[in-house]
Amino acid sequence: MDLAGLLAFNVVAGIATLALITIGLGVIYGMMRIINLAHGEFMMLGAYTAVTAVDAGVNIWIAMLILPPIVVGAISVVIERVVIRFLYGRMMDMMLATWGISLGLIGLVTTLYGNVVRGVSTPVGSFDIGPYGASLYSVVIVAVAVGVLGALYALLRLTKFGLILRATMQNPRMAAALGVSPDRIYMATFALGSALAGLAGGVLAPISGISPAMGAAYVARAFITVLGGGPAIIAGTGLASSLFGTINELVSFKTTPVIGDVALLFAAVLLIRILPQGITGRYLRRSL
Amino acid sequence: MTKTKLSRRDALRLGGLAAGGLAMPFYARNAFADTAPIKLGSLLDGTGALGLEGKRMIQTTEYAVELLNKSGGLLGRQIKLISYDTQSNMQLYTQYAQELALKEKVDVIQGGITSASREAIRPIFDRSKTLYFYNTQYEGGVCDRNVFCTGSTPAQTVNHIVDYAMKNWGKKVYIIAADYNYGHITASWMQKFTKDSGGSVLGTDFFPLDVTNFSSAISRIQQAAPEVVLSALVGANHSGFYRQWDAAGMKSKIPVASSVFGLGDELTTMDTSTTDGIITCYGWYNNLDTPASKAFVDGMQAKFGKDVTDLSELDTATFEGVMLWAEAVKKAGSVERDAVIKALESGLSIESPTGKVTMDPATHHTIRNTYLARPKNRTWEHLEHFPDSFPADTGGRCDLIKSPTTNKQFTPEI
Repeated sequence: MDLAGLLAFNVVAGIATLALITIGLGVIYGMMRIINLAHGEFMMLGAYTAVTAVDAGVNIWIAMLILPPIVVGAISVVIERVVIRFLYGRMMDMMLATWGISLGLIGLVTTLYGNVVRGVSTPVGSFDIGPYGASLYSVVIVAVAVGVLGALYALLRLTKFGLILRATMQNPRMAAALGVSPDRIYMATFALGSALAGLAGGVLAPISGISPAMGAAYVARAFITVLGGGPAIIAGTGLASSLFGTINELVSFKTTPVIGDVALLFAAVLLIRILPQGITGRYLRRSL
Repeated sequence: MTKTKLSRRDALRLGGLAAGGLAMPFYARNAFADTAPIKLGSLLDGTGALGLEGKRMIQTTEYAVELLNKSGGLLGRQIKLISYDTQSNMQLYTQYAQELALKEKVDVIQGGITSASREAIRPIFDRSKTLYFYNTQYEGGVCDRNVFCTGSTPAQTVNHIVDYAMKNWGKKVYIIAADYNYGHITASWMQKFTKDSGGSVLGTDFFPLDVTNFSSAISRIQQAAPEVVLSALVGANHSGFYRQWDAAGMKSKIPVASSVFGLGDELTTMDTSTTDGIITCYGWYNNLDTPASKAFVDGMQAKFGKDVTDLSELDTATFEGVMLWAEAVKKAGSVERDAVIKALESGLSIESPTGKVTMDPATHHTIRNTYLARPKNRTWEHLEHFPDSFPADTGGRCDLIKSPTTNKQFTPEI
């Protein structure tokens, strides 16, 4: 029974982690149809922001939750102005450009910080489920993931900005005719997605090895989850993360992490075969 | 009528000149060789994923060559270091290896970091008959007359780790390791040593190098409830295991021992609550308190700056690789491969920063000191010292004196 509790807890934490690393990509890909291959590197920048801030004596919660999205968001605005905005609508060129950006960021961070593994300590301890120990930090990850999805939902559904944003994505010309500048909305959306990637990096910083090349370990899973989720960003990310996270965690526990990843990929292939548009391409189409 | 017939004397004179001309390359080469520098080729990753370790090993090679040249070189000749940066790229290893062996025709090669890189270039040097030193702590078992390995092997270190764990913590063991040849072979050693000392292995899990989430692994370990966790996890992503293990509060419940922890910069970048107490065993620690060890660290710092604080066994092994070769060249009085191998197989030994190092003739591995230590407050706390640890990895199956044509990597028999 305790073991089942521990497993359930791990599954929930696994889902939250997956949702957190996916949501930023979901915003950028889901709304703008941009395949952002630099997503993992935005996470890496977030993690480095957290490490640098903690080393400078900033409170760890601020360093993890507040600074990374701000810093990465600001960097992404620069990148959007300099590179991305010239390539809207050119999918292949955009892939190449973002890939180049990812290599550039890895190189830049390696030059600045060196090719070393860094880390920050977890700010909270552990707790027991029966005889088993579990990390209290997983609870933090779950809370942040739920908070992010909730806040994003509120932003898109309840604010005027969200309305304009959705309208621009649906029909940029009509939105422009009504007095909105699509250019600026695109910029804001890209910054929003990147900031969420930065947040994911910051939150995962205490439990991962932080190195310039760390992004590569996350980006594939994030893409699979986005594609599995389909057009609705929040519902899609949530559902696909729940499905893949559960499969991955349970199979990994029963067998090995390798088979766990295989099971995840197999589930993704099967899902795309049955639902080519992702889960929300068929169900819950009107959700966000 | 003009006399066109050659006289016998003329014919002899001519023939002599022709023969001398034809033989020119042979004696001229010997004449030039007396002053031309000896070529030492180095293949190490100065940049890329392994750049951190590789950079120090390159510096150590430069330092060792400089020391030799300052004391007059070898056989009255200076040593020229030809160093290629393989950039953590397997393809560059084979490319540069061919260049060093065939174009530069170097007298000896020192290099290779990962086992994969060693296996990529070893056949190239076998074919070109270029003497090769592999100077890295690795999974052991390579048996090849052309290759000399100076790093410590599982039979010299993992056995001590397992012994310590069994004596102090308990006999039920769980093994976690990286999913490539180093991890697999080291895990077999851990299983073997555990069983040999009467313990039981509750489970063995392998993780690809890109795994970042260890929650399922930690649950599995908890379910199995071992008394010891033995780790052969490698690399940046895997360092997340130690953080997550600590975060789950397991650190105080089940102790961890590792065959590779602390070779990088874990001690300076990880929290002390994560690192303290993890048992390790290596051929050298950078705070080893002997005059030779201190002289090595001081010498490196004098040459490359005060920030050289992360020297490890990889660097002393590189140093020993160059110095053992130099000693053999002196003894052989030649840089010819066969003469140098013969000298190396004569039970040659040197005094190095790690203490006395002897080349074992049968296996071409070193008989060396190993040390058991654990991190304590960002430095190493030495627990035990094992002199003359023997490279028994092949269990006597490798004997290059009796059967010099052996060429394979032995793995433990379980």
